[in-house]
Amino acid sequence: MNLVIVDYKAGNVQSVQFALERLGVQATLSADAETIKAADKVIFPGVGQAAAAMAQLKARNLDKLLPTLEQPFFGVCLGMQLLCQHSEEGDTDLLNIIPLPVKHFDTELKVPHMGWNEIEQLQSPLFAGLQEKDYVYYVHSYYVPLSQYTIAQTYYPAPFSAALQYKNFYAAQFHPEKSGPAGSQILKNFLAL
Amino acid sequence: MLTKRIIPCLDIKNGRCVKGVQFENIRDAGDPVELAKWYARQGADELVFLDITATNEGRKTFAELVRDIARHIDIPFTVGGGISSVADVEVLLQNGADKVSVNSSAIKNPALVAELAGHFGSQCVTVAIDTKYTQETGWKVYTRAGTIETAYKTVDWAKQVVELGAGEILLTSMNNDGTKAGFALDITGEVAKAVSVPVIASGGAGSMEHFADAFHVAHADAALAASLFHFRELEIPVLKAYLQDKGIAVRVNK
Repeated sequence: MNLVIVDYKAGNVQSVQFALERLGVQATLSADAETIKAADKVIFPGVGQAAAAMAQLKARNLDKLLPTLEQPFFGVCLGMQLLCQHSEEGDTDLLNIIPLPVKHFDTELKVPHMGWNEIEQLQSPLFAGLQEKDYVYYVHSYYVPLSQYTIAQTYYPAPFSAALQYKNFYAAQFHPEKSGPAGSQILKNFLAL
Repeated sequence: MLTKRIIPCLDIKNGRCVKGVQFENIRDAGDPVELAKWYARQGADELVFLDITATNEGRKTFAELVRDIARHIDIPFTVGGGISSVADVEVLLQNGADKVSVNSSAIKNPALVAELAGHFGSQCVTVAIDTKYTQETGWKVYTRAGTIETAYKTVDWAKQVVELGAGEILLTSMNNDGTKAGFALDITGEVAKAVSVPVIASGGAGSMEHFADAFHVAHADAALAASLFHFRELEIPVLKAYLQDKGIAVRVNK
């Protein structure tokens, strides 16, 4: 399988590549349009700040390319948020692939939402082999509200979108590459889509 | 529900694990990658690696070690020790670290915290605070491996670094570190109450009750220990079963 990780200097690119290696899969890192278009599957990682990440994508013309992709696509953490319409983080316009907002946590609880939390209402082949309330690792201060595209949710303290699916675009707010065996299973499931 | 994190800490010198007792008397506790894998299997929620190497040569070894750890473990880890610039952090994150912790360099140059948060996001910037109580001074911040007293009161410094963009506080009580008499519940509680970001309690863990107290009494979000875990005086699955029994949310393998 020709698997490409979108390389735009996101912090967790290496971690995602290592997680795939542990599954015995070699992925290509690339920001090249032709290479990404030719991939069987695309993984889109991301950590850090939304506006900075959008600037990196624009500098590589990836903001034009990514919305046109038709193969199975998996956005991770900030990579999920970037697929949405607009973020409260730095009042940033995003890739606008999934018509959803990204909001800041408005809660008495600690922000960032950091650590292991449960995913539930699992509604996708992405979660084959997982149980309701399995634990995954989160670290984020912004979230996507529940919507018709939500395929899993987590409570902090209100429920938010743990994962999304819109056409060929899958996405997770948590870090499957850092979520132990449950995370590995999710990556494996994406590869099997 | 978000669970409380249990975090083993590994001190690294020249690519090997060591453990400082009261910041002195260093003992060797093994191969970092092997130990990291073992902890991940045991159910550790995160790991912290502190580089205590002083040489440039050692720093290069540490960056390679970070890459080796990232290759082999599937839980998050934080690295710290001697980080003083955006370039230092870039190397560590690119090698697969999830978070970095800064300590003395933040005291020397508080703007560094804002710079790191701006470049990489608050979520990967942990500020480590070494604190010590004396009757004359109250809880003060110490720097340079706890050898030099600063002008900062602990709660004030914690609030300041969070304003600058720290995403997490790792609070070590020097009075408690190495004593196995329990975490410093008073200052940990004060800091946890004063800041909006997660706080890791560190220094003094000696029993399962101490962890329960850190969570129930001091409202810490995570608790860190080193020798207690390294020498297998306490095993993480046993600790987590105990905490769960006490009504504390922890991640237990299903």
